[in-house]
Amino acid sequence: MTLEHQIDGPEDEGFARPDGNGPLGADLERRDGAAKVCGAARYAAEHHPDGMLHGVLVRAPGLGPVRLVNADEITAIPGVRRVFHDARMIRNAAQGGAGKAPVQGVKAAAYVGQPVALVVAEDFATACEAANRLRVEADGADLPVHPKAGEPDPDKTKDKTTGDFDTAFSEAAVTLDVTYTTPAMVSAAMEPHAAVAEWDGERLTLHGALQMLRDNKAELADCLGLAEDKVRVLSPFIGGGFGSKLGISADCVAAALAAMELGCPVRVVQSRRQVFEVNTRRTETSQRIRLAADRDGRLTAIGHSARVSNLPDESFSEPVLQGTAFTYAAPNRLLHSELVRIHRPAAGSVRAPGEAVGVTTFEAAMDELANEAGIDPVELRLRNLPEVEPGSGRPFSSHRLAECLTEGRDRFGWDGRSPEPRQRREGEWWIGTGMAAAVRVNMVSDAEARVTLTPDGRALVESDMTDIGTGSYTIFGQIAAEALGLSPDDIDVVLGDTDLPPGSGSGGSVGAASTGTAVWLACEEIRRAIAGRMECAPGNLTMAEGHATCGNDRRVLQDVLSGQPLKGHGKLAPGAAMKKVRQATWGAVFAEVAVSDVTGETRVRRMQGTFAAGRILNQRTARSQAQGGMAWGLGLALTEALVHDRRDGHAVNRDLAEYHVPVNADVPHLDVRLLDEPDDWAGPLGAKGIGELGICGSGSAILNAIHHACGVRIRDLPATPDRVLAGLA
Amino acid sequence: MKTQLTVNRTRHEIEADPRVTLLDALRDHLGLTGSKKGCDHGQCGACTVIADGRRINACLSLLAQHDGSEIVTVEGLEGADGLSPLQRAFLDHDGMQCGYCTPGQLCSATAMLDEVRNGRASHVTEDLEAPVTLTRDEIMERMSGNLCRCACYSGIVAAIEEVAAE
Ligand code: FES
Ligand code: FES
Repeated sequence: MTLEHQIDGPEDEGFARPDGNGPLGADLERRDGAAKVCGAARYAAEHHPDGMLHGVLVRAPGLGPVRLVNADEITAIPGVRRVFHDARMIRNAAQGGAGKAPVQGVKAAAYVGQPVALVVAEDFATACEAANRLRVEADGADLPVHPKAGEPDPDKTKDKTTGDFDTAFSEAAVTLDVTYTTPAMVSAAMEPHAAVAEWDGERLTLHGALQMLRDNKAELADCLGLAEDKVRVLSPFIGGGFGSKLGISADCVAAALAAMELGCPVRVVQSRRQVFEVNTRRTETSQRIRLAADRDGRLTAIGHSARVSNLPDESFSEPVLQGTAFTYAAPNRLLHSELVRIHRPAAGSVRAPGEAVGVTTFEAAMDELANEAGIDPVELRLRNLPEVEPGSGRPFSSHRLAECLTEGRDRFGWDGRSPEPRQRREGEWWIGTGMAAAVRVNMVSDAEARVTLTPDGRALVESDMTDIGTGSYTIFGQIAAEALGLSPDDIDVVLGDTDLPPGSGSGGSVGAASTGTAVWLACEEIRRAIAGRMECAPGNLTMAEGHATCGNDRRVLQDVLSGQPLKGHGKLAPGAAMKKVRQATWGAVFAEVAVSDVTGETRVRRMQGTFAAGRILNQRTARSQAQGGMAWGLGLALTEALVHDRRDGHAVNRDLAEYHVPVNADVPHLDVRLLDEPDDWAGPLGAKGIGELGICGSGSAILNAIHHACGVRIRDLPATPDRVLAGLA
Repeated sequence: MKTQLTVNRTRHEIEADPRVTLLDALRDHLGLTGSKKGCDHGQCGACTVIADGRRINACLSLLAQHDGSEIVTVEGLEGADGLSPLQRAFLDHDGMQCGYCTPGQLCSATAMLDEVRNGRASHVTEDLEAPVTLTRDEIMERMSGNLCRCACYSGIVAAIEEVAAE
């Protein structure tokens, strides 16, 4: 049996709801933490079946048609088993949610660094040496690699106009017209993409580093021409994803086809430099923001246009304006976005696609407007919050931005800040504070989960859902414990295996709420069965402390089960709620920085984030997610930029030495406050996503603080010392 | 070629290609996959192990250099009575998310506390003559060779502070 539900509105269909006193929401230790601190958690590359061979990807050194020069010589190296130059290999990782093969083929390179061969050998050292010696030649086709040289794709140009922007802008008391640029960025998850493939002659088993197994199984099957039921994908532990592991990756497809051809298990791990180029990056953006306001700072017009890029044949276009569409009220609006086709590595989703760069720039522009209008930045935002979603007129399912702004302001100690920049100096350091609002759309995805109540009174939760560090294992245990009246210790959670019911996967912050709700529904089905056995209405059943109670009838679970397991299967689908209301998550971030007058270096001294994302399922894991997002905001503001060669588009700083992710010494203590509030439009749990919210705006709190500290406005991100110093001079 | 070494108090003799790194030997030859490979180039710290009392990047060291070495990996941090204080504190402060950097963080922090006990200065140590006080800045500086993309730095620092205070 399956209990199906789609979220059409706030009505609850008689489902049980968490009462707020149980294990759900508690500050509990990570369920998989012990395995992680002992080194017992096994990630994809750590599976080592007998007779495993080692594959290393080899890539194109230039654009255009490619050929392997010395494949025969390489194949003859002792220990080398084969050189694959196979048309089924993929150009770049699939886009998130694709569910089908991405562009395949090895005869021509659409970007420098595209994988075009796989060398397989008996040991890793030999495979590396052989891969290094394999000579690949590329024609060096003359293709556009710079966004300024690319042609806009007419299918990806979008315009949305409300009112009369031009008139409002020309007649306004205060106006701002600025252009911001953000660089390309990468997820740089700590675990490189890796695959171990085994083929038993009929069915393929792949241990991969992947976020969305349901889709990844379909993508892999499509790449190889197999039926979906002939493919099993396992990813019980994933060393971070942040978007880069949403779609099937080159290592998986290459390992799989080599295993099928050679009849031996094959492992392929991407080298760090490959990770930077053959998976998807965040696009660079150029954004023009125009704001018009009256003397009181009430916005009369908002204009935001964005240019992004991608490779030909990639569907993804970074939705930069996603947050602008609903954050602030203004009767006249002009939103324009376009995508140019260029031959850099493919662009795709990186943590909070859209808002990460769109809200960050917009919130920096809002700070500029606050300065122009002489209004406190928090106050300016409070004055412009909409009653309903601008443009569509839809209500918000819940709107907590004002509360985040005011609570964050108090917690940070914002009041008393001088409105003028360059007021505080400590030795060589200028000190300043800045703030930004944070917003992120909230989404729901199809998800299934199975729960089995076993005769010993324990429960087992199963889904192919992944835990990429987000806390899925932990919160699903809490959800089932809450629903079934058990302790989280009585629950086992098995995830990351496509032989289990298909969960939502981890992407777009949908995992916890979508698959979590499927777990809740599966438990609800069990509750209904128990109520039936006890002959009472489900609404009158209480489950607590291992007992089921209906009126005066109180039974220990083992008795209700009488030796037989009881299964529930929950299936969630997005429903009309997504159309009827604007659902989003909210936050405010405050930062204090010190900027060196001598070197232009920025040090973040403290950072506070106040966030509202529906019901919080576990305080501890949710806080870590929010902190992670805030630190990513710091990277976006200060350190991260993927640089592409102007001539051939290859990524220049494609490793962790040259691409600077924030390190421990860069990140101060990140203070997080979570405003816990179930959103009635988010299903029976009332939970929303929190994994991405932290990066949606936090970077501009830092940029704005830099301006407050030293008077330098950085509009080309990141605010590296050279750029700040140029402004100080 | 043959290399003899002790890993987590157990003696091993490994027959391997001379190009094999200590990290690959641990992971592939001994099946000790707790030590992670994040970059294979000394840029991330995920492979940190303790070799003869010092923390090193196992990816930058060849197995052949470690004949006679005593290596401690994350699998060897537990004591007779269970998790080490640092392992326990990482759980209490949620000093991890995906967990991929965690073994390296733990080995690094374990050896780092010894360095401080032995009076080794860091880039941010003010007084090179006096005993080192393990301030927050000292921890952040000394732990910056271990990247965490999940950015669990707040939890990691809190965990180390707690253990250092004991
Ligand atoms: S794997 Fe050794 S430092 Fe990254
Ligand atoms: S916990 Fe994921 S990289 Fe540190």
